[in-house]
Amino acid sequence: MIEIRWHGRGGQGAKTASLLLADAAFNTGKFIQGFPEYGPERMGAPITAYNRISDTQIRTHSNIYEPDYVVVVDDSLIGAVDVTSGLKENGAIIINTNEDIDSLRKKLNGYNGKIYAIDASKISLECLKANFPNTAMLAAVVHVTGIMSEDELISNMKDAFKHKFAKKPEVIEPNMQALIRGYEEIKGGTK
Amino acid sequence: MAIRERLSGNEAVATAMKQINPDTVAAYPITPSTEIPQYFSNFVANGSVDTNFIPVESEHSAMSATIGAAAAGGRVMTATSSQGLALMFEMLYIASGMRLPMTLICANRALSAPINIHNDHSDSMGVRDCGFIQLYCESNQEAYDNTIMAVKIAEKAKLPVMVCYDGFITSHSIENIMLLENDEVKKFVGKYEPENYLLDSTKNISMGPLALQKYYFGIRKELSDAMDNSIDIIKEVSEEFYKLTGRKYDLYEKYKLDDAEIGIIALNSTAGTIKDTIDKLRENGVKIGLLKPRCFRPLPYLDIPKELKNLKALAIMDKADSINGYSGPLFSEITSAMFSSNIHVNTINYIYGLGGADTKSADIEKIANKLQSIAKTGKIDKIKHFLINEKEEV
Repeated sequence: MIEIRWHGRGGQGAKTASLLLADAAFNTGKFIQGFPEYGPERMGAPITAYNRISDTQIRTHSNIYEPDYVVVVDDSLIGAVDVTSGLKENGAIIINTNEDIDSLRKKLNGYNGKIYAIDASKISLECLKANFPNTAMLAAVVHVTGIMSEDELISNMKDAFKHKFAKKPEVIEPNMQALIRGYEEIKGGTK
Repeated sequence: MAIRERLSGNEAVATAMKQINPDTVAAYPITPSTEIPQYFSNFVANGSVDTNFIPVESEHSAMSATIGAAAAGGRVMTATSSQGLALMFEMLYIASGMRLPMTLICANRALSAPINIHNDHSDSMGVRDCGFIQLYCESNQEAYDNTIMAVKIAEKAKLPVMVCYDGFITSHSIENIMLLENDEVKKFVGKYEPENYLLDSTKNISMGPLALQKYYFGIRKELSDAMDNSIDIIKEVSEEFYKLTGRKYDLYEKYKLDDAEIGIIALNSTAGTIKDTIDKLRENGVKIGLLKPRCFRPLPYLDIPKELKNLKALAIMDKADSINGYSGPLFSEITSAMFSSNIHVNTINYIYGLGGADTKSADIEKIANKLQSIAKTGKIDKIKHFLINEKEEV
């Protein structure tokens, strides 16, 4: 079983991203859980969301304290929230940022595991002309975790976007571009 | 053919309601059950059900309208949580007293004060004596399945049924689920043909009139008998559901309990976390098992104690506090049933998870450690424990 914790800010779509990931994994035959930690939700406040992905039925219904992966959708949370709390040393943290790995490592209080960086906001601005980093983040997470192959991701998300954007078909292609770039442009991963 | 899906608990229950296509749904929104009337009113608007949906101005009215529609002879449903259920309190007794079948979906949430939107069982436990059958659900699958079965149980038992599942944890979590085809649900619940109803032009009856010393007691005894007898109806409907789906539902579920030396009893989603923890503890040689009541009303007071008789120590977990100077409701009732069956096991009570305080595997391990020490020494230092983290204490 893979356990993932998402950190984002209200309104940025960390919850949506976690649900999209659950959907994509479900479509490849997995058992999934996707759930946000509901708090006093408001735009900009830190929020947490979770995923469990498994080949067998998932029974545990608690939050995730020792995740295999942490995803940070907004790098301004680093320092404000203890994003690496409980993160396994053999796991990884995936951050939406324009900073380099070395400076990130300094900010992560000695986290010794793998650090990945992806400038999902830049990809989103270029492909979608707006800051919706979800799609690129999702692809980056799939790449790092290996939950499914790139082909599976692409065919899955194509279907999902067709459904989701049935009334706005013009945004399907830009989202697919962001997806592919997210998958390709993730960097880092050394300890 | 079963349909593989991924849905939240609320989506699953709303889907069941769509497939059941009741005559009337009356509801007032309250977190975390709000999505149910929300989804359902969409089904009504786009014509996928022909239900009469009544958006009322309070939960008291929701239950009143549900009662009215049931008395008129309709198949009826509603959904609520927390303060909403509390506001229905007066009318719940009227639903059961008038022997009206109905299904009430309760996405369990804590009661105020302080205000809290998260899960515990204070709401449904607070109305445990209102004459509703209560079915508790571990997962979205169980919430979906029990909603479908509830309709049939209610109509056969002539009693209202409450389907309870954990707010947010189950109501808002997306998980895998197997759905039935619409036709299968339609066939399973069948057509509702009430025996006595107000819109029956061939009979002149009145419902819920004044009954003083001469009749009241007798009518209330019949209600009590109906609850006793509903055990067989629940078994029968569950067996029929098993034949349809292959999913087996008893009055309670046992997990690795038969050879266990220490045991835990808990309701709803926590049971899943306990099962995983049991597997982990058993790898280290700890003989631990779980009993998860599905049916709290009626309480399987003869069967449950028998399952517990070989244990050396037992923890009963309550996600509600009775604030009675003694224990939580599940503890009081199950230990009382054990006493009646002349079964003594050293048993302690854990009040846990109030207001959504997360219950994790490490908490269950803590309980298991306590039980092991009780099993070893045969001694209990105190009955009631609060499973609370230091940082959560005020």
